[in-house]
Amino acid sequence: MLKVNDINVYYGSIHAIKGVSFEVEKGEIVTLIGANGAGKSTILNTVSGLLPAKSGTVSFMGKTINGIAAHKVVGMGLAQVPEGRRVFLNMTVQENLEMGAYTRKSAEIDDSIADVYERFPRLKERRKQVAGTLSGGEQQMLAMGRALMSKPELLMLDEPSMGLAPILVEQIFDIIKELNKAGTTILLVEQNAQMALSIADRGYVLETGKIVTSAKASDLLNDDSVKKAYLGG
Amino acid sequence: MTKTPSSASPSLYEDKRIISMPVRYLINIVAIAVFMLIGNLIISEGIINRTYTTILLQVGVYIILAVSLNISTGYLGQLPLGHAGFMAVGAYVGALAWKAMPHGLGYMIIGLIVAGIAAGIVGIIIGIPALRLRGDYLAILTLGFGEIIRIIIINLPDITGGTPGLLNIPKYSNFNVIFIFVILTCYIIHTMMKSRHGRAILSIRENEIAAEACGINTTYYKVMAFSVSAALAGVAGCLYGGLQGSLFPSAFGFMDSINILVMVVLGGMGSMIGSVLAASVLTALPAMLQFLASYRMVIYSVLLILVMIFKPSGLMGTYDFSLTGLIEKAIIKIRGGSKNNAKEGQANE
Repeated sequence: MLKVNDINVYYGSIHAIKGVSFEVEKGEIVTLIGANGAGKSTILNTVSGLLPAKSGTVSFMGKTINGIAAHKVVGMGLAQVPEGRRVFLNMTVQENLEMGAYTRKSAEIDDSIADVYERFPRLKERRKQVAGTLSGGEQQMLAMGRALMSKPELLMLDEPSMGLAPILVEQIFDIIKELNKAGTTILLVEQNAQMALSIADRGYVLETGKIVTSAKASDLLNDDSVKKAYLGG
Repeated sequence: MTKTPSSASPSLYEDKRIISMPVRYLINIVAIAVFMLIGNLIISEGIINRTYTTILLQVGVYIILAVSLNISTGYLGQLPLGHAGFMAVGAYVGALAWKAMPHGLGYMIIGLIVAGIAAGIVGIIIGIPALRLRGDYLAILTLGFGEIIRIIIINLPDITGGTPGLLNIPKYSNFNVIFIFVILTCYIIHTMMKSRHGRAILSIRENEIAAEACGINTTYYKVMAFSVSAALAGVAGCLYGGLQGSLFPSAFGFMDSINILVMVVLGGMGSMIGSVLAASVLTALPAMLQFLASYRMVIYSVLLILVMIFKPSGLMGTYDFSLTGLIEKAIIKIRGGSKNNAKEGQANE
């Protein structure tokens, strides 16, 4: 479904992503794990079109999408939950969700909002509340709900566990699993390698802009070098 | 307010409106007509003298300037400092068009439209490079642009009259013309901000990356908001020319841009009624306090400082006034607790 082929990304003269290639098949959960500064978010932002790649190609459902502006990629069925949630703080929960469906016709939105509320009952309780007054976990749910409003084929999540209490992290990951079961393909970027690998089908390990290992998630969980580097022995 | 009983309402979109849309329009049109009549009466009956009438008309022009700047400052969240520049473009283009055409109502409207389009196009030309920058960089760039416009006007004496000014402009801007254009401007901005485009503009202010991730073409909407703001400033400039009968480049300096910005900030960024009030007070006050001579600027400054200390979000914050909304609230109060849901909706708006 998503095929990233040998991309190179630069921040000015800094070579941030060095020839990274990976694939996501339909129905999978794929995770990119790595330490701070390994280039995880940079890769996501390149795929979604927020950052330009200097070379290499990104193709989604058979179409090359690098060079296409980020706002057009959304309409093609690729949604991103940006790092740090980034909900619209002064809009209500409902308005945030409506913004997520910006690329769709207004007649179709009601059903999707109902779907999101069903999946996140907390959001329904707070639908008239301004998003800035939500807790971190609720904001993460809102950011995910907003991304789902565009009816994506592939959902890209950037560090959904960031700054959340462990119990909330588990909740969020349960939701990700459910979403996947319901048919959404997921590309997950995480620092919390243990959690990410426990729900993923496959994983890629990133180190300073390069993919060093790729394997089935269950194998990575038991891999000695991964254990040492990311899972604390 | 934070705890909304959700189980009470089965529908996701319960209708908060008690008054239907046609009735809302009717109420507003009647209110506008009444205001217009009162305005005409107090001027024709000589209740306010000519000085105050001129002040009233100036207030109208500055209301258009403030609410139009509020689009790019309040709604879009940028900080342009060249609003007087767009006003100047509209003023000179409009005045020259008026002078070139014969006298008449139709020609007056054509002049205003030409002025708006000219300023809007300049807005697009400036907006495309300027809106790649943010915050103070954008402020400095637009400030520079405003000065360029003024210098160009000074240095084209054959066309613009240069420093001695452009004289003998037809004085079209009477109370009715200005009043109608104030209402039109507010109506255009209001409908724009309630539409899908308005939401897109607001979401850019809230978070640009998230807006882009929602599929909003942020560049397009930034330039669009900026040029609509510029076009309306151009119309205001044209009305200003028709009010003064003469134009001088010195009226479109950097301080004039700041003045308009002060109105928007004082009124509350993102609040139209705030901009209207602040534009009225800050235009009328210095003129009304003439008798205090040079002390009037002290009062003006103290007022600004006090508002910024005690109400940093501006007089009105982001509150927006709705006549029909107020009437609905009153109806709900009279009916009592039976319409709890609707009341909740109002409170949360």
